[in-house]
Amino acid sequence: MNIGNLIKISLRALSNNKMRAFLTMLGIIIGVASVITMLAIGQGSKKSIQAQISEMGSNMIMIQPGAGMMGGVRQSSSDMQSLKLEDYYSILNKTKYIAACSPSVNSSGQFICGGNNYPSSISGVNPEYLGIRKLTVDQGNIFTRQQVASSAKVCLVGKTIIKNLFPNGDNPLGKVIRFNKIPFTIIGTLKEKGYNSMGMDQDNIVLAPYTTIQKRVLAITYIQGIFASALSEDVTTKATSEIETLLRENHKLKTTDQNDFNVRSQQELSNMLTSTTDMMTILLACIAGISLLVGGIGIMNIMYVSVTERTREIGLRMSIGAKGSDILSQFLIEAILISFTGGIIGILIGMGASFLIKFGIKWPISIQPYSVFLSFLVCTITGVFFGWYPAKKASELDPIEAIRYE
Amino acid sequence: MSKSIIHLENIKRNFQVGDETVHALRGVSFSISEGEFVSIMGTSGSGKSTLLNLLGCLDTPTGGEYFLDDIAVSSMNKNQRSTLRNRKIGFVFQSYNLLAKTTALENVELPLQYNPDYGSKERRIKATEALDAVGLSDRLYHKSNQMSGGQMQRVAIARALVNDPVLVLADEATGNLDTRTAYEIMVLFQELHKKGRTIIFVTHNPELAAFTSRNIVLRDGKIIKDEINEHIESAKKMLDALPKQDD
Repeated sequence: MNIGNLIKISLRALSNNKMRAFLTMLGIIIGVASVITMLAIGQGSKKSIQAQISEMGSNMIMIQPGAGMMGGVRQSSSDMQSLKLEDYYSILNKTKYIAACSPSVNSSGQFICGGNNYPSSISGVNPEYLGIRKLTVDQGNIFTRQQVASSAKVCLVGKTIIKNLFPNGDNPLGKVIRFNKIPFTIIGTLKEKGYNSMGMDQDNIVLAPYTTIQKRVLAITYIQGIFASALSEDVTTKATSEIETLLRENHKLKTTDQNDFNVRSQQELSNMLTSTTDMMTILLACIAGISLLVGGIGIMNIMYVSVTERTREIGLRMSIGAKGSDILSQFLIEAILISFTGGIIGILIGMGASFLIKFGIKWPISIQPYSVFLSFLVCTITGVFFGWYPAKKASELDPIEAIRYE
Repeated sequence: MSKSIIHLENIKRNFQVGDETVHALRGVSFSISEGEFVSIMGTSGSGKSTLLNLLGCLDTPTGGEYFLDDIAVSSMNKNQRSTLRNRKIGFVFQSYNLLAKTTALENVELPLQYNPDYGSKERRIKATEALDAVGLSDRLYHKSNQMSGGQMQRVAIARALVNDPVLVLADEATGNLDTRTAYEIMVLFQELHKKGRTIIFVTHNPELAAFTSRNIVLRDGKIIKDEINEHIESAKKMLDALPKQDD
């Protein structure tokens, strides 16, 4: 018997019991739809986190002094003085995979402008810093190399600072703000970036030449960190190890010594965050998968009923020449048809639900072709797997007994 | 003597029920030639059903040899017997066994679906012809639940004829029908017999034996009577003699 005939027979059998076929299918529909939706939610969250990270600069590398001992006293990493400007220069000149590099020194304090004040911190950097952190100048300009060399008292400010220091909406360009009694002239403002994925306000920022902060504010010669960006995201790991080797050399560390600095790339952060969402995705998919399994058991159950109900039909078919394999494929195809149709409807509903979530509650979603393919495959396999046993039972019936079955 | 369709040689069939062996058939031998209309009678427990299952290639004997159209059946496996049934035998059952909610035409086509030699067009042609032969050419698209018992049995007979079998096996084919319809069906069988079909009619009703050309009677797994019926009663006459029912 050919496959077209078998499908026709199965369709007839299913349409004779429409309600039952639909209810059986419903198990698969719900299973597949939930798998699709859950994967879409999981993948969506992952994508949005990845997008936020790459907004922060996906190929960014942060170098900080490592926590260590100073005169027998354990120090926090920000107090360590192991990073020097020489380190910055050697990274700038001796590396292959680094595109840009900026030293970083920070000081927190109160900014004052006229009658307004706001607590924040000022970062001393060089003009490259903007590129590394993916910051853009809104109005005005970034400070020049000359201004860095001359430790000019100039700064760029973010939106949060402007809002708090100039609540009346005055143009901040050219205004002077005081930080620790030192006047800084605002020469530029930064474009708004909003909050990052860890809830930090990226607009609460003041940038000034690092020389100014080192000499005029902190009076130090070391630096507190170095920001660098790799040539591309792919070479971040190479760039990281390059910097590590270079700094170990600079710091004259023996092979047995531990690093007195930390090199961290944004990729690590990205991996960490996406592994969390991956975990969430797997968890959601597992729960959805269980409902698919329950749907499969529903198919098995109803196929059993169907085989028992149609024992006489099976007997008749066998006596007029159907082989065991004909009966097996007839019932198997029926089971597969249920799961197959249920799968298609489930995929459509799952996609619909995903879009509802996207537009209804603004949750980021992303439907991956593989998740559609996967759930489709799984539900077809479910059909075969759970349809097999009842179909096998049917094919092994004795025609003599089956035809007289009451 | 014309060609032998069925040849049984000392057929035995035992069943194991618990510790006991039940001898359903204790050495049955006979031949049936082409064109015979044989009734096999016997009370329940006589081995009639067992013999029917063996003749229909649904079962294999414990001992002895069975030749259907010169093919040895006893040594065949399940699938070979399936194919053999499909090509050589037409079954007519007491309870019709039509597929529910399915048209007469599709019911009749069913045996041909298991024969790869027939395409869908040929199936339709053959099934229409078979329904024509049983006088149901105006009921082709009626579904099985829209037909009377007599019509359903006619569809079943058409289904048994559609594959041009060498043997039609009827198992109490009139058992579920009222007297008038039963006679109508017997008329049909007699017509088929006249056209040269080989028919075996298994029944426990001795009255029906009068319509067949040869009577075999079984008791306790043995043949106790096997004789040619010289005076075949015409079912048509009996039917005409029945008082008309005007209701």
